[in-house]
Amino acid sequence: MRVTQGTFSFLPDFTDQQIHEQVQYCIDNDWAVSIEYTDDPHPRNTYWEMWGHPMFDNPDAAAVVYELNECRKVYGSYYIRIIAFDSSPGWESIRLSFIVNRPSEEPGFKLSRTEVKGRNIQYSITPYSSDKPQGSRYK
Amino acid sequence: MENEGQEKESEIVNEVNLKEDFQASGVADILAELDNSLIGLTPVKTRIKETASLLLVDKAREKLGLVNESPTLHMSFSGNPGTGKTTVALKMANLLFRLGYVRKGHLVTVTRDDLVGQYIGHTAPKTKEVLKKAMGGVLFIDEAYYLYRPENERDYGQEAIEILLQVMENNRDDLVVILAGYKDKMDKFFESNPGFRSRIAHHIDFPDYSNNELLEIAEVMVASMNYQFNEESKKAMAEYIKIRKKQPHFANARSIRNAIDRARLRQANRVFNNSEGPIGASFLSQIEDIDIRQSRVFSGGIDK
Repeated sequence: MRVTQGTFSFLPDFTDQQIHEQVQYCIDNDWAVSIEYTDDPHPRNTYWEMWGHPMFDNPDAAAVVYELNECRKVYGSYYIRIIAFDSSPGWESIRLSFIVNRPSEEPGFKLSRTEVKGRNIQYSITPYSSDKPQGSRYK
Repeated sequence: MENEGQEKESEIVNEVNLKEDFQASGVADILAELDNSLIGLTPVKTRIKETASLLLVDKAREKLGLVNESPTLHMSFSGNPGTGKTTVALKMANLLFRLGYVRKGHLVTVTRDDLVGQYIGHTAPKTKEVLKKAMGGVLFIDEAYYLYRPENERDYGQEAIEILLQVMENNRDDLVVILAGYKDKMDKFFESNPGFRSRIAHHIDFPDYSNNELLEIAEVMVASMNYQFNEESKKAMAEYIKIRKKQPHFANARSIRNAIDRARLRQANRVFNNSEGPIGASFLSQIEDIDIRQSRVFSGGIDK
């Protein structure tokens, strides 16, 4: 099951050239671009690990694509996303976030139903991959 | 630059007009500016013009489908201090931008301190940070030979060199590196780092300025600060240049700039002490020969 989230989630995965152009758009808007990775695809997993520092002072998107490829060398089998922060309102808010790398196999989610008081049903989802401990989920 | 793959196919045409390309790229303006704003440096200007036409022709060939590999643009500028290496690098960045070889055309100037870290594991991130900042533009490494310190085998400079070489090779489309420094030290640096020599296509030598060129430079500088020479002060400046040139630590145009700054200081002092009543703009901007002749250079000393 293909995990989708963030901006452009309905589009096919971007090529590096397309990533470059999207990132350049962010930089031209003075947004700070950073790279994050995780091996826990749960939709409520908001805070991913950050790769390096947020890139505040690179005028060209080639720097981000370069770092992305460095990140892929280490975490090529993880989910990697690019996020762009806009600090112009006076606080840092995410303007744009999109997935740029995903595991070759995505096992999807398990849906479990629990019957609670008054025959109500509580639903919860668990990624199948999170059965394994962190770090050994995607190979 | 966008959608390069797609454009290449649709853009292949049967003929190109080099003159039109030349006009459209705005390169002519930069070359003219180079001619007008820099005095002397004829061999440098010739080399830059040659490089510019080569790059223009390369772009044209690409349009006609005569695909050639993207050319190596890394350069080395060697010459004595104050011969205009940084100024030319700035113009070069602009030129490459106009020709479409770099995307942003900004110049990032660094020295050893900005690239080499102070402890193990500090150098690589530091160098990469600088390289990332320069991507899309030109990285200017001043006094590049200090990166390599053979006398200390644990020096971290070697690490910076390796990263530099790697990025210069793999990200050739993303940034252009210009190394600069004194001629003899640069030659030695290239001898001990053959990897650099082979990755740099253009070696440009900056000659020292002649006395007349230095005087011309002095006049331009004075004019740009809204001051002026008269006949006597011009003669004094010419003599100053002649003597100063023979003294140690002579740094071409930079020494001239410093001399002018000191002359302005003396001029201000003179004007302040001698002025009674209202004075006009011409009096305030006139540099007299006494302002120059008071320099220690004339009495055998050295202006630093």
